[in-house]
Amino acid sequence: METLTIKEEQKQTEAKATKSISGSVAVLDALLNENVKTIFGYPGGAIMPIYDALYDYNDRLEHILVRHEQGAIHAAQGFARASGKTGVVFATSGPGATNLVTGLADAMIDSTPIVCITGQVFAHLLGTDAFQETDVINITTPVTKWNHQVTDASEIPAALAKAFYIASSGRPGPVLIDITKNAQLQLFEYEGYKKCEHIRSYRPKPIVRKEYIEEAAKLINAAERPFVIFGQGVILGKAEKEFKAFIEKAGIPSAWTIMGMSAIPTDHPLGVGMLGMHGNYGPNLLTNECDVLIAVGMRFDDRVTGRLDKYAKQAKIIHFDIDPAEIDKNVKTTVPVWGDCKETLPMLTALVESKVYPQWLQKFHDCMEKEKALCIQPEMNPEGDILTMGEVIKTLNELTQGNAIIVTDVGQHQMVACRYAQMNQTKSNITSGGLGTMGYALPAAIGAAYGDPSRTTVAIIGDGGFQMTLQELGTIMQFKPNVKILILNNQFLGMVRQWQQLFHEKRYSFVDITSPDFVQVAKGYYIDGQRISERSELKGALKTMLDHEGSYLLEVMVGKENNVFPMVPQGRGVAEIVLSKEEI
Amino acid sequence: MQKQEFTITVYTENQIGLLNRIAILFSKRKINIDSLNTSPSEVDSVHRFTIVINETEEVVRKLCRQIEKQVEVLKAYYNTNEEIIWQELALYKVPTEIIAEEVKVERLLSQYGAKAVVIRKDYTVFEVSGQRDETDAFIKVLEPYGLIEFVRSARVAIIKASDGFHKKLKEFEYREPSEEVIENEYLDKNEEVFTM
Repeated sequence: METLTIKEEQKQTEAKATKSISGSVAVLDALLNENVKTIFGYPGGAIMPIYDALYDYNDRLEHILVRHEQGAIHAAQGFARASGKTGVVFATSGPGATNLVTGLADAMIDSTPIVCITGQVFAHLLGTDAFQETDVINITTPVTKWNHQVTDASEIPAALAKAFYIASSGRPGPVLIDITKNAQLQLFEYEGYKKCEHIRSYRPKPIVRKEYIEEAAKLINAAERPFVIFGQGVILGKAEKEFKAFIEKAGIPSAWTIMGMSAIPTDHPLGVGMLGMHGNYGPNLLTNECDVLIAVGMRFDDRVTGRLDKYAKQAKIIHFDIDPAEIDKNVKTTVPVWGDCKETLPMLTALVESKVYPQWLQKFHDCMEKEKALCIQPEMNPEGDILTMGEVIKTLNELTQGNAIIVTDVGQHQMVACRYAQMNQTKSNITSGGLGTMGYALPAAIGAAYGDPSRTTVAIIGDGGFQMTLQELGTIMQFKPNVKILILNNQFLGMVRQWQQLFHEKRYSFVDITSPDFVQVAKGYYIDGQRISERSELKGALKTMLDHEGSYLLEVMVGKENNVFPMVPQGRGVAEIVLSKEEI
Repeated sequence: MQKQEFTITVYTENQIGLLNRIAILFSKRKINIDSLNTSPSEVDSVHRFTIVINETEEVVRKLCRQIEKQVEVLKAYYNTNEEIIWQELALYKVPTEIIAEEVKVERLLSQYGAKAVVIRKDYTVFEVSGQRDETDAFIKVLEPYGLIEFVRSARVAIIKASDGFHKKLKEFEYREPSEEVIENEYLDKNEEVFTM
């Protein structure tokens, strides 16, 4: 096994044009060249040579040993979302690789840049049903942007260069490289690492056609009630400034999708709230009243559009996206602008007139007043003694001032957190938007804490989702990332229960979930925590959690049968959004 | 929108696993592939898939974009039958004895554009290249004489309006393609090629 340090390698490289290294060292050298510092992984038989090489790279590569490979990939996702960099995962063959599948699917649908490196059985054993052999390439094909199997060490540098290039360029996504054990062990003549900058069959970034920007600007300038809806494309494109400049010059009310949240501060005067099934009232209702709808870096997910034949039929639609397959996929556009919004938005800003739409904006404010009275007020200032999820988030806002990274799981707490959390800076909202993966938040929060250690990371999780990946408390115990775990416990699988109440005549079918004593579980992992259920304790407990040195678990008992409103019931149009269960 | 037969032509890199990556885009939408052919193309090192499906144009357009999105796919075009020249090849095995006795083989061959590939004592293999109705018609002719085996290949098709892939590939190899080759389907709507 090759165990030379890079410096020694370089010295030798100078002496000799090429030198012989193992495939495993080539993998680690590739990571260093791609500026990777953190890896989330779990060892096993078929990836042992890489782990053996890693032993000598401890000073340059930080490896976080998770408790399950699903935890590794969600952590890498959280890392990528908090840092804007590519997350890296190591896993072994067979079960190690198959445990990545949920995370790959999640990263695929939420466009998260991930490079997974999996070990594979010896090349001569491929196809023989060897121990821990699984056809990981074919299993992961539908859930990766690209995947590739390497059976010869000499292919490793180029394969990894391609992997990092593909994962992070264009519309980002997960890439998996499967390396057979013989290739990890094999020595080959290494000529150094060359970053990939071009693949002839891959055009991540189209050249922008100005005609379309001009047409878009014309429509916007003539509009009376323009409305901007934006998604994660703004964040992935690192175009937050460009986006803000555009809406501020054009004066257009703007609403975010769950994935686009935090691209502009949540209290921005033109920010009118969240779209979607449990989004705000105004943005949903007024989607069907605007005359020009400008979609930026979003993909018209069904949770955003509701019934498509009742979606923005009156409006001319401009769609900015980097992925041409998204244009006209769900909603027919009037003007498509295919390109990187970092490039297209400034071109558009230059052409739009500086305007304000006070009456139109007022309509959003009026809707917000109505929503406040009917949905927000009872959530923020409930009449009874039982805590609501909303007031927990409100109190958290007061303490974090909107500066924390909020990682959410999936379900009612996710909707409530995204509806009410205050966010001042980009990359503050980390959640499983497209796939809706319960169990995402705890490992993703671990990754986020490594992705941006300068910020406080709060993982808000339901009692159901927490039980799906709570083994990652072990990772927190061992590596001590600073994660504040806030469990909102309603003693139910709340979102499913809400649907069973509203649409299945309250036939509660297996939503009544019992939980262990979460605080004791955390204590078992040497993580401090407490459980509260009284309003009087709330602020103090949250403050204790935030001020605590290191990770902390706070379990808040909340109302068992509270519902999230407003809601666009499934199968209805966005304008049919309801504010209470009486309206359904 | 009416469903009709579309021929999808995909230019790709020659990569293991790419067939699966393309095929699952169809199965994901529960679309049956009527015919699929992989072959070399006019350009060395570039592979060409010819896929036939029966669908609405809207679905075919979305599919083509999702195919083209795959990293190792260079380009995907879709065409109606009117826009292509297409052929399939069929082989028919019949007992030589009967066919030689009862049929005027020469006339049969010229009438159906068939040729005898192999003539042995025990059996004869005919070949017909043509469109579906032509290869089907020849089955009907041979059936009374005891058709032993029949097999038909996938469709291969030439796009009438295409200039081939040589020039396009050069542009793909450039990092910054020149202005006139940056395609945009909305702009190039009237041209016959589906675009990037």
